[in-house]
Amino acid sequence: MSDPSNKKKTWNKDYYGGALLVIVGASAAYAANSYNLGTLAHMGPGYFPFAIGVLIAICGVLLAATAKKKPSGGEAALVGHQHDIPDFRGASCIILGTILFYFAGEYFGLLPATFCIVFVSALGDRSNSVFQALILTAGMMIVAVVIFWWALQVQMPLFKWGI
Amino acid sequence: MEQSLQDLWYGFGVAFQGHNLMWSFFGVLVGNLIGVLPGMGALSAISILLPLTYTMHPVPAILMLAGIFYGSQYGGAIGAILLNLPSHPPHAVTCLDGFPMTKKGKGGTALGITMICSFFAASVGIIVMIFASPLLTTIAFKFGPAELFSIMLLGLLAGSTMSRGSPLKGVAMTLFGLLCGVVGTDVNTGAFRFAFGIPELSDGLEMVAVAMGLFGIADFLLNVNRMKAITSNTRMRIRDMRPSLAELKEAFWPMVRGTAVGTLFGAMPGTGPTITTFIAYAVEQKVAKDPSKFGTGMIAGVAAPEASAHSKTQVDFIPTMSLGIPGDAVMALLLGALLIQGIQPGPQLISEHPDIFWGLIASFWIGNVILMILNVPLIGVWVKMLQVPYRYLFPSAMFFIAVGVFTTQNSLFQIWEVLVFGIVGALLMVLDFSVAPIMLGFVLGPMMEENFRRALLLSRGDMAIFVQRPISATFVGISAVLLLAVTWGAWRKKSRIAKVQEMVAEETAVAA
Repeated sequence: MSDPSNKKKTWNKDYYGGALLVIVGASAAYAANSYNLGTLAHMGPGYFPFAIGVLIAICGVLLAATAKKKPSGGEAALVGHQHDIPDFRGASCIILGTILFYFAGEYFGLLPATFCIVFVSALGDRSNSVFQALILTAGMMIVAVVIFWWALQVQMPLFKWGI
Repeated sequence: MEQSLQDLWYGFGVAFQGHNLMWSFFGVLVGNLIGVLPGMGALSAISILLPLTYTMHPVPAILMLAGIFYGSQYGGAIGAILLNLPSHPPHAVTCLDGFPMTKKGKGGTALGITMICSFFAASVGIIVMIFASPLLTTIAFKFGPAELFSIMLLGLLAGSTMSRGSPLKGVAMTLFGLLCGVVGTDVNTGAFRFAFGIPELSDGLEMVAVAMGLFGIADFLLNVNRMKAITSNTRMRIRDMRPSLAELKEAFWPMVRGTAVGTLFGAMPGTGPTITTFIAYAVEQKVAKDPSKFGTGMIAGVAAPEASAHSKTQVDFIPTMSLGIPGDAVMALLLGALLIQGIQPGPQLISEHPDIFWGLIASFWIGNVILMILNVPLIGVWVKMLQVPYRYLFPSAMFFIAVGVFTTQNSLFQIWEVLVFGIVGALLMVLDFSVAPIMLGFVLGPMMEENFRRALLLSRGDMAIFVQRPISATFVGISAVLLLAVTWGAWRKKSRIAKVQEMVAEETAVAA
């Protein structure tokens, strides 16, 4: 788990992480600035978010500045956040399935939406065959009808057409 | 004292009511199941089941959610001991000696010991909670906005610096959570903040969507096609789970010490369960006659960390219920669940909602007994469940998340929120950030801002109010010391805690 290549990657990551924090913090502070900051005694809606934005940006700078000193390897493995870049096919299927759930739910109802999210997500796993994905989807569609539509009375029709 | 016992008696009355008992049982069962499954912790379980509670009465709702929480801890130990698979991080330590015991054919004993220790530790934690909460409440009634702000500050700092990983990153994530909490309509002025002209955002971000995105979808995005298949041919008989008298003796003192460690850490808001179990393990190694034997299947190496995790779990409820300040992300979710029900946790909770407070405490005991009884026959089933392939698990969970998030407000707009937080969470985790502090900041954010503004309104903008009032000054002082200690620790590259972590990590690496 603690091979030397990991070490290099860990402190590279902190540069990206720091940069991300600076961007998020700075843009939050910038946006909050337009909401009227007010004074300490009478804070406007922008005061608190502005302060947080500045603090996040400072954290980002500190993180990037201390990137080299970070211990890595053992601790990182223990923390359990030593994640690789997500698998492209799996991640895009999960995201696509979720987006399809939105549109199918909006225009066609619960059952088509269920089909979309389960079937498309399942296809993201390389070890699933189309047939297995279909079986799983059928199972979840039954769950959708019995548990959510019938027992819990989810406010979404099983089928519909248009908005 | 007598009053507490009377209240407790009343609590048992509440907890034993038919539907309360049923939901408590359901929570424990589901929690236990989900705790066994790798990659699904109490966090994802609670966030997935949270929408279900919207239509429920607050008492069974909170009993169920609490049941999921401690049920999942029992479950986590099963995976750790039998399969060397800590489904959530606190159990990583249990693997060190638990799995070697399984290899020696003593897995059943390890599980039996775990259960006894857990029950003992939980009971101690509950007793502490019974007596500490009313005490804390009387103090908390003296709290004004300045004190509330300062203790929340301390809670957030402790939560972000003492939990896993780099303290700086923890603080950054807490701040990010605070920022997410700001989204929506400003209570004081009615101004829309960070709503980008989207009307659905005027009420703020939906807690369930944030939680499910961060703890559900983000995990799936990272783990899909990356999970190793689990195989096990462990067979369990009830007879195997009964430890011998000698083994019980061996477990006794580690159990007591572990419980003490857990109780101590539970009382400190914000210290994560992982640190707690690591410290308990380290303590055992310190007091052992022959520390080199650890990692080969020592009973103490299972008893102490499991006991500490369980006492901490119970004691964790003290600051959450009596001050309204959640200790970690799970507590933040429970706090959010209460808020959704229109119940403000805090000093007035015990007097205004005795049914919730005392019912919850009583249900802890009932739940723990249920778990003990349940686990004996069900272990075999849980082990089988572990073999449900991930490729079936996550698409089903995706569906539950999507429907669950829809039901929070009967609006499909929530799908976008959950998706965005899933992607953001995955990105942050790839960059080695821990996402749990986001939840803490998100739930505390609005309350913190409110009290900050109120305190400064009272003092006419004089920041000195936070250090002039004695209680507030104490919290600010502790926060400052904590910050200095963490900075100093980082300066010396490795704090003591990091050393313990590293030591254990090396052993895990060797064991794996």
